[in-house]
Amino acid sequence: MDLLNAFVALSNFVLVPAIAYGSQLALGALGVTLIYGILRFSNFAHGDTMAFGTMVVVLVTWLFQSWGISLGPLPTALLALPFGIAGCAALVLLTDRTVYRFYRAQKAKPVILVIVSMGVMFIMNALVRIILGTNEQNFADGERFIIGAREFKKLTGLNEGLAIKTTQGITVITAVIVVALLFWFLNRTRTGKSMRAYSDNEDLALLSGIDPERVVVITWVIVAALATVAGTLYGLDKSYKPFTYFLLLLPIFASAIVGGLGNPLGAIAGGFVIAFSEVTVTYAWKKVLGYLMPESLEPDGLVQLMSTDYKFAVSFAILLVVLLFKPTGLFKGKSV
Amino acid sequence: MSDTTRKIGLFALVGALIVLTGLMQSWNSALQILNMGLISAIMALGVNLQWGFAGLFNVGVMGFVALGGLATVLVATDPVPEAWKAGGPGILIALLMGAGTIVLASAAYRKLPKGAVRTLALLAILIVGFLAYRWVFDPSVEAVEAINPAAQGNLGGLGLPVLLAWPVGGVLAAGAAWIIGKTALGLRSDYLAIATLGIAEIIIAIMKNEDWLARGVKNVIGLPRPVPYEIDLQESASFVEKATSLGLDPTTASTLWVKGLYAVLFTVVLLVILWMAQMALHSPWGRMMRAIRDNETAAEAMGKDVTRRHLQIFILGSAVCGIAGAMMTTLDGQLTPGTYQPLRFTFLIWVMVIVGGSGNNLGAVLGGFLIWFLWVQVEPIGLWLMELITSGMADGALKTHLLDSAAHMRLLTMGLVLLLVLRFSPRGLIPEK
Repeated sequence: MDLLNAFVALSNFVLVPAIAYGSQLALGALGVTLIYGILRFSNFAHGDTMAFGTMVVVLVTWLFQSWGISLGPLPTALLALPFGIAGCAALVLLTDRTVYRFYRAQKAKPVILVIVSMGVMFIMNALVRIILGTNEQNFADGERFIIGAREFKKLTGLNEGLAIKTTQGITVITAVIVVALLFWFLNRTRTGKSMRAYSDNEDLALLSGIDPERVVVITWVIVAALATVAGTLYGLDKSYKPFTYFLLLLPIFASAIVGGLGNPLGAIAGGFVIAFSEVTVTYAWKKVLGYLMPESLEPDGLVQLMSTDYKFAVSFAILLVVLLFKPTGLFKGKSV
Repeated sequence: MSDTTRKIGLFALVGALIVLTGLMQSWNSALQILNMGLISAIMALGVNLQWGFAGLFNVGVMGFVALGGLATVLVATDPVPEAWKAGGPGILIALLMGAGTIVLASAAYRKLPKGAVRTLALLAILIVGFLAYRWVFDPSVEAVEAINPAAQGNLGGLGLPVLLAWPVGGVLAAGAAWIIGKTALGLRSDYLAIATLGIAEIIIAIMKNEDWLARGVKNVIGLPRPVPYEIDLQESASFVEKATSLGLDPTTASTLWVKGLYAVLFTVVLLVILWMAQMALHSPWGRMMRAIRDNETAAEAMGKDVTRRHLQIFILGSAVCGIAGAMMTTLDGQLTPGTYQPLRFTFLIWVMVIVGGSGNNLGAVLGGFLIWFLWVQVEPIGLWLMELITSGMADGALKTHLLDSAAHMRLLTMGLVLLLVLRFSPRGLIPEK
């Protein structure tokens, strides 16, 4: 019984949140890795792209709510998602036209593109702040829990409750669908294959008649979709505050690099590695250990390895270790 | 237009802008802009050393600036003897143990043959070391933080003159840069960028959370100053007399005098660092750096130790940022870790360097002044513009929203300025020769 209780406590505080967070990071990292693979630079504006897409979703959700449209137990934001993706895609395509294309034509060094993306980051950040402000926005509605802690206790007779939020369930399901679609697209369709060819070897791809501008446009649209989905899921699960999205840049980059930049499978693995380490290192293990250990050995303190504020340090430490010992990441990524 | 007239013209323009601020707004705000402009120029010089001379992409400027601020507290505040007695030795021993664990682990990694034994030994060293460290560290920290938490709760500083904190801030930042450089400088440019971005966030997280060090988010206020206090000046008879003889009221005169003194101090530091940077740029060492920047492989083939040179200039540039950080905290008179934001302290400095002209010290200085001026003045200008736009509108939610959003115009402007300069004048206002 104690063993079961320990497992439930572990699931409730570590496994479920880490899986949800990992899915969000994985979607974000996929966007970063695609840009890196096709356009060949690290996009510092990715966090703010996520914030912009989510902002559109938030605005459309409010509009739907004022019209009385809802999805019943599911959050209305899911209905607004396509509009968010469209808005975000329009913005990134506009940026590509006005900003990035010039440097692509010049074959500028990747580091120049990184600096350019810093400028884009400033502008996107300002746009979100001007349109929506800097405050925390709430746009989640519908049923809060798939299963609440009290119901779970009644159902199983255990001491520990397991609560799964609707948003956590939706996060995982959406992430699975999106990733499946993406991989189907990249591996099965002609356009997807041309993207992979372009990423693997630009010259050969050009020789075989692939239109580079078309590849770039499709990449940006996919990245906008991934960023908006990731941002919306994160916003539903935690809360929407423009500034937190900027800070997400660090764990997202860590995920992409740990998995191997330019490798989509690696981005997903990296997302979960980072999420699980962040949550386990900053979780207070007292409860779980209390069930597992004999009474005399029960710990007095919280058994928290590090306070939650150091979660960046965790993703960063993993990043450094991977870079030092396996510079191309866990899955073989590119190193330009 | 010749090169020199262009330089003089641009600097005169910045000077005129500041004077205009003095005439149109107030001399206090003009001096404020001047002071922060001086500090920004020093930060830009530091980044220019790394990026302009050597092509190192450091986006962790905020971390080094914050370390400089930390140095001010550690040097200038008075020590808290009770706290030292309660937990000082414990904390020091714990930190030494932590460092010892890392040294031991890296020695084990190098000495032991590759295999399962090494992995197990490494894990054992790290886990035992971490547990021992926490076992000593936690009770000491608790003891220190329990002492007079409303006003202190930290170990305090050394009680030395605050001017000493400026070089110490540089040294502290240089030390951190050495650790980072040792691990991350071998990496590709965008990996170095992510690594430095992460380090900066970690430094801020440590400063926010380790209350025993500098009170964390409870902030340290009332830091000692290298210049007299306004209130003392207003009470001094001779100062009041001098002020009235100049036709100023004593309160304004005292604030102006204090800011002016700061400006003199900062100008001296800026001139010294600028002179050193210029000498470095035109020395054989500077030429070697630029050679490495332009073609690493060729420089290596000529027998230059690229990694060592990179480490050297990374440390130097970070130290300059640390000095500027200490100066800024001294000017503010307080350390508030919550106010360090990457957009303001990392990316804004980058805009200064790029706009001014990377690789050119005078360009970096110009960029520092110009961008800081814009950063401060865009907000009132934006508000004025918004008021003009909305003047015909009826009062309502949209009008209030538009007026509120004027505050965010500065980010938009910075992004636009950066993109425009990169596109139409990629070498900056004062290009590298």
